[in-house]
Amino acid sequence: MRVEFRLSGSGGQGLLLAGIVLAEAAILEGKNAVQTQSYGPEARGGSSKAEVVVSGEDIDYPKATDPDFLLALTADAYRTYGRLQGKGLIIVDASVPLDPEIKARTIPLPILDTAANVVGKKVVANIVALGVLGGVSGVVAPATLEKAVLNRVPKGTEELNLKALRAGIELASRAGGKVQA
Amino acid sequence: MPKIVKLMQGNEACTAGALAAGLRFYAGYPITPSTEIAELCAEELPKVGGKFIQMEDEIGSVAAIIGASLAGKKAMTATSGPGFSLMQECIGYASLCEIPIVIVNVQRMGPSTGMPTSPAQADVMQARWGTHGDHPVIVLAPGNVRECFELTLRAFDLSEKYRVPVIVLTDEVIGHMREKVELPDPAEVHPLRRAMPAAPAGYKPYAADPNGGVPLMAPFGEGYRWHCTGLFHDESGAPSNKGEVADRLLRRLMLKIENNVADISDYASEGIEDCELAVVTFGSSAMSSLSVVRRLRKEGVKAGLLRLKTLWPFPEAAVRELAARAKTIYVPEMNLGQLALEVERVVAGRSRVVRIGKVTGELFRPEEIYNAIMGAK
Repeated sequence: MRVEFRLSGSGGQGLLLAGIVLAEAAILEGKNAVQTQSYGPEARGGSSKAEVVVSGEDIDYPKATDPDFLLALTADAYRTYGRLQGKGLIIVDASVPLDPEIKARTIPLPILDTAANVVGKKVVANIVALGVLGGVSGVVAPATLEKAVLNRVPKGTEELNLKALRAGIELASRAGGKVQA
Repeated sequence: MPKIVKLMQGNEACTAGALAAGLRFYAGYPITPSTEIAELCAEELPKVGGKFIQMEDEIGSVAAIIGASLAGKKAMTATSGPGFSLMQECIGYASLCEIPIVIVNVQRMGPSTGMPTSPAQADVMQARWGTHGDHPVIVLAPGNVRECFELTLRAFDLSEKYRVPVIVLTDEVIGHMREKVELPDPAEVHPLRRAMPAAPAGYKPYAADPNGGVPLMAPFGEGYRWHCTGLFHDESGAPSNKGEVADRLLRRLMLKIENNVADISDYASEGIEDCELAVVTFGSSAMSSLSVVRRLRKEGVKAGLLRLKTLWPFPEAAVRELAARAKTIYVPEMNLGQLALEVERVVAGRSRVVRIGKVTGELFRPEEIYNAIMGAK
């Protein structure tokens, strides 16, 4: 079963890292995973997109074709990729005004706000988002996500990142929890 | 030691393959989308007693790895289109002087500065013919992250075996994509070691081994005296302006590759045994193509994929054999028809060849290839 994720926002938000951790968590569970990206020439502030494909089988085409889950953290990303969204779900940051033209099923969640005001650091919004994606998709177990986060984050930030991940999983469960992928 | 299973990036796998081959010298000038290779070499080489130098430009980079190879070290550089163009003169030098070097070209959209962060596959012909004059060269094209490891490792072996520059041609998609990779136990990797010539007395650096046509190479600093020049030279390495000397040398240089195409040629395939419709491609375009071929098979179409892992020398036999079965051969590539020229030449009218080119700086979506095939069928 192939599950596709598209994580979109602006450069510097750490979505690439969130994608890598998601893919590594899938591998820890013995699945196949491929992570790709596209980005502009800017180091910060340009548009940024990371994709993850998880499957129990061989993955031939590495990019998302019709993402099961689209994460959009900025209005630009929401408008650009929301319009392309077909059968899958959109998870958009609650700060982004919704566009009635975008018809795919959409859950607005306060990801940026949770990072800044619940966890206490804006920079961990990517890990909050990872928790949301993990929780909503159910593609990997929360304990595996925790392990994958700890494998990647800098020393001394473990507690902060685990707090962010759990806050994200909590957001997902309040929004309706695991969606069968 | 247990096998290492990890999520690995293509550029990271190239570096790991080079280190497994015994890389001890890297000189380079960082350029997107190849920069991770330089970064990782800077980190890893000091740990194994190797050297990393950031050079002033790509001309200096390739010149430096030629020097390191002459001194007996396994040497590599990595770049992308604009840097690869600058390297061309020295690639000719390494071809004529028979100096083993490995160059990774992570292709991006060109010409010129182009779109630095976007993929392309438009250096197929430059990799073969970028430097002036007839010259031997080997070009390998990994089709996934695991092959970035395998083919970079193989690039070193081939460069030592045939004393030629070997180019590993990847692209932004494969260079930056991460996938699950299982690396071999380092104890099971046996990279080729350069065979030393007999005693320094009477050493002739360009006296071809009568069996393989490849002379034995003595590293500088080991007591062998020899002259290394980009002028045509005789067996002692001394420059020569004689027509027959040039003719003999250049023919030998070309034949050492042409006579060993079977050894160098490498490809992967799916469903070509009974196919009526075939896709011939390489690198990241092959990932999209594989998905299309599998879809067509499910729909009852006898489709097959031939994915070239060696681009040069061109694997003529495999393509010719395919042309005996497939009525139509599709050639998707992220350029406007480079590999297709070779396919057309080899197929020579036996099958219909349809070019599918894409130059938007994005990987083919499978349905683009599918629709092109359906439209042309």
